[in-house]
Amino acid sequence: MSEDIQAGLAEILEEVAGVAPADATPEKSFTEDLDVDSLSMVEIATEVENKFGVAIPDDELANIKTVGDAISYITANRG
Amino acid sequence: MSTNDDVVVTGLGATTPLGGDVASTWDALLAGRSGVSRITDDWITEFPAQLVARLAEDPASTIDRVRARRLDRSQQVAVVAAEEAWRSSGAADAGVAPERIAVVFGTGIGGALTLLGQDDVLEEKGPKRVSPFTIPMLMPNGPAAAVGLAVGAKGGVHAPVSACASGAEAIRWGLDLIRFDRADVVLVGGAEACVHPLPMAGFAAMRAMSTRNDEPERASRPFDKGRDGFVLGEGAAALVLERGDAARARGATIHARLAGAGATADGYDLVAPHPEGEGAGRAIAAALRDADLSATDVGHVNAHATSTPVGDTAEAAAIRSALGEHVLVTATKSLTGHLLGAAGALESVFTILALRDQIVPATANLDDPDDDAAVQALDIVRREPRKAQLTAAVNDSFGFGGHNIALVFTTA
Repeated sequence: MSEDIQAGLAEILEEVAGVAPADATPEKSFTEDLDVDSLSMVEIATEVENKFGVAIPDDELANIKTVGDAISYITANRG
Repeated sequence: MSTNDDVVVTGLGATTPLGGDVASTWDALLAGRSGVSRITDDWITEFPAQLVARLAEDPASTIDRVRARRLDRSQQVAVVAAEEAWRSSGAADAGVAPERIAVVFGTGIGGALTLLGQDDVLEEKGPKRVSPFTIPMLMPNGPAAAVGLAVGAKGGVHAPVSACASGAEAIRWGLDLIRFDRADVVLVGGAEACVHPLPMAGFAAMRAMSTRNDEPERASRPFDKGRDGFVLGEGAAALVLERGDAARARGATIHARLAGAGATADGYDLVAPHPEGEGAGRAIAAALRDADLSATDVGHVNAHATSTPVGDTAEAAAIRSALGEHVLVTATKSLTGHLLGAAGALESVFTILALRDQIVPATANLDDPDDDAAVQALDIVRREPRKAQLTAAVNDSFGFGGHNIALVFTTA
């Protein structure tokens, strides 16, 4: 289950921010390791909603620092 | 002449309906190849004007994919042209401090494709689906900002907006930045990419566009009796400006001198040009004074001539009154279409190449020159390019709003 989410998230990261899928591992920080800026994070949130049906409110988005944080949030909130 | 008044052009770049770079564009122009075609998309059926001069090469194909998706097409073409000019100038290796590099890049309309595309998203899917890159992609300083980032310019990034004179106005401001010692190197130019139903409908509603839909390559015919409007084009062009002494000291290739510029306003009508080209003539005269040249020094004019009934005769009158009847005139929009805010930059590149190669490109489709007295009096090069001995040449650009810019280039 979380492998599916990781793979789906990796696709989004590649499309939006040019992150190689192999680099999209749970411990990676979006801003510090993957060079994803704040506007791209907003775009990623939109794509996450499209793909997984999970909306990420702005205050929650601010707490998502790593790929692992995103996977946990999606797992916990997926219907 | 003080050192700062000797401003030279050391880099050229372009991506146009005729080619993906300067060399291929210039070759196609001299060969008389047209960039105009008929739109075949479904939406065009009800449009009176169905012609367009699309880019020869998709700019997104030469830019990194992730970078390209954050740039409006007008920014993509700006970056492609600017990077060619920057590379060819060798300025990056000259050790110029970023704080002494400036950018002036104009556009007529800006990020229209983003604005209109994201409005569709808003209408269909709601505000939460609108891209977070919407604003930086639609803002009219977007092309200038993208170019500034591409070359690491920290000495100021500026974006003049004066409709179809924007590209020429950018060159004029670049000249002043060097003269006033605000920068050592200035990357200047113009960009436009707005082929979309709304601008097409708007220009058509003004009756400004050619409706010669069955003969795309014959539709843009400046100064010809049968002209019936312009053909919308897309693309960008860029020039690198710097002081002559600095360019020579680093052994740079000098394509031409930018000897002077003149800027005036018609003060006549929001869109219609003054019928005798009064403001346009004053701009040419002002550029000559600025360059410390007289009319007899000028051998060639790359005219703005868009192929509209009113504009071409007004410009012919302006050229005749400001320069006389000896100049070799050409209207390159006959092949490129009208690149709006990029036109002045692209035609400056053509003017410089004409000086370099001592040849004036032909005006295509000028089969039967207008009966207008000034058009009849001028020596408009047609059918074949003409070899000539040129030391100085003028590029005219005019924009809706009554903006007139004339630039004077001289041989290196």
